[in-house]
Amino acid sequence: MKLPIYLDYHSTTPVDPEVFKTMAPYFTEVFGNAASRNHEYGWTAEAAVEHARLQVAQLIGATDKEIIFTSGATESNNLALLGVAEMYAEKGNHIITSPIEHKAILDTCAHLERKGYEITYLEVDQYGMVSPESVRDAITDKTILVSIMMANNEIGTINPMAEIGKVCKEKGVLFHTDAVQGVGKIEVDVQKMGIDLLSLTAHKIYGPKGVGALYVRRKNPRVRVSAMVHGGGHERGMRSGTLNVPGIVGLGKAAEMARKNLNTDIPRIKALRDRLWDGIRSQLDEVYLNGHPTERLPINLNVSFAYVEGESLMMGMKELAVSSGSACTSASLEPSYVLKAIGVGEDLAHTSIRYSLGKFTTEEEVDYAIEKTVSTVRKLRDLSPLYEMAKEGIDLKTVAWTGH
Amino acid sequence: MAYTKKVIEHFENPKNIGSLDKNSLNVGTGLVGAPECGDVMKLQVEIDETTHIIKDAKFKTFGCGSAIASSSLATEWLKGKTIDQAMAIRNTDIVEELSLPPIKIHCSVLAEDAIKAAIGDYLKKNEAKKAGTEAVAVKA
Repeated sequence: MKLPIYLDYHSTTPVDPEVFKTMAPYFTEVFGNAASRNHEYGWTAEAAVEHARLQVAQLIGATDKEIIFTSGATESNNLALLGVAEMYAEKGNHIITSPIEHKAILDTCAHLERKGYEITYLEVDQYGMVSPESVRDAITDKTILVSIMMANNEIGTINPMAEIGKVCKEKGVLFHTDAVQGVGKIEVDVQKMGIDLLSLTAHKIYGPKGVGALYVRRKNPRVRVSAMVHGGGHERGMRSGTLNVPGIVGLGKAAEMARKNLNTDIPRIKALRDRLWDGIRSQLDEVYLNGHPTERLPINLNVSFAYVEGESLMMGMKELAVSSGSACTSASLEPSYVLKAIGVGEDLAHTSIRYSLGKFTTEEEVDYAIEKTVSTVRKLRDLSPLYEMAKEGIDLKTVAWTGH
Repeated sequence: MAYTKKVIEHFENPKNIGSLDKNSLNVGTGLVGAPECGDVMKLQVEIDETTHIIKDAKFKTFGCGSAIASSSLATEWLKGKTIDQAMAIRNTDIVEELSLPPIKIHCSVLAEDAIKAAIGDYLKKNEAKKAGTEAVAVKA
């Protein structure tokens, strides 16, 4: 067993050796520019790109012509939001999203707000879920786009995509989803879910970093986005720039593997995730699950360990590579905005740890993680004045703290 | 974030964890910080009433590794010091000893606050006691 144990698959995944093997020749041998239409080097590169386009399309129930390659999901999200905002500016200036989206959505929305667009941030429930009814209520005749994430990267809650898609269709409003955390983990079908634009990235599904895609619907309705990157008219004019052929080949292979392995890898990972949670909660009191109990990604476990600060917990169990919603782990010194939005108190937000499992996680690793978590929480609770006070029966909410 | 060796050493083997009897007249207790801010320190000192020397110091801290290390270090420094010497400990001394980065300076500030609060509590208790004995003396 290699230490530290990697339990941070939400943040990135290793490239699958098979993906890596598929990519390798495209760096050195098949190095042509996919836009070179006049010789063999260009043709083979182009064929590889088109094969990858089909592989990506098949993962999400789309057709190959609807896939635009980008540098990753941040770019895909930017292109979807800014591109739709510009293209449909005459129709309206209103966009609906949620407060717990990834920063690639929130920061882009803030940028649009400064440019005069109106953004509605729908409230989410205590599990971080958006209700289709709230989407319906927020749509006005100025609404041009609804952008709701498929699944949340911190708490793993899965949104009711098909229901939200249905509302958007009825109202004639485009529906974009940041599906970075959804694809490869749950079944995704842009037809069944009524999705018009979808962002995904390779490095969350065992592909390389620096490559992603935006799905742009071509039929019912035909969606158009204004280009943000200009220069050559690649990718149907929506995204110029020489294509990252090895990266795209890697994304394609990763997408194909994700589709083929969905029914074998995911149930195994889910069982390990459940084993981790059961192991923790059977041995520790006052641990709280953040996010939805059932409608959650099979790889995600987000737990608040009351009375123990998240960063010290991570320091105490440095053999585990996890992440925390604690303020101390962020540059801003603010605890997680996602936990805040779902009503987790700041006191508990500081104590949260996110574990995310993947296809290389083993039972042995999970058992080690349980033991390490339990022993570290116990050690730090012995050190915690809050745990001592709580055990003495003091209600911490009534204490006059000297916050600074 | 990478931690300095000294922070890790204090975090992994914290000195003087525990509690002293907060009702004892010789014990001063400081409780500073807030759970919402992510750090709370409880620091206690036991002071010899004739020599005014700190005989013992204990802490419990909810907070990041640097907060735990700062309070562990503070209790180490407090033992054997007089009240005046203890009150002279500055957060910058802790920053220097542990090589805390700018983002962790507030941990050292909290430790200084905890020292002052603990000694303040002791002094308050003992002024009351003194006032009490004087009142008794006058009565007699």
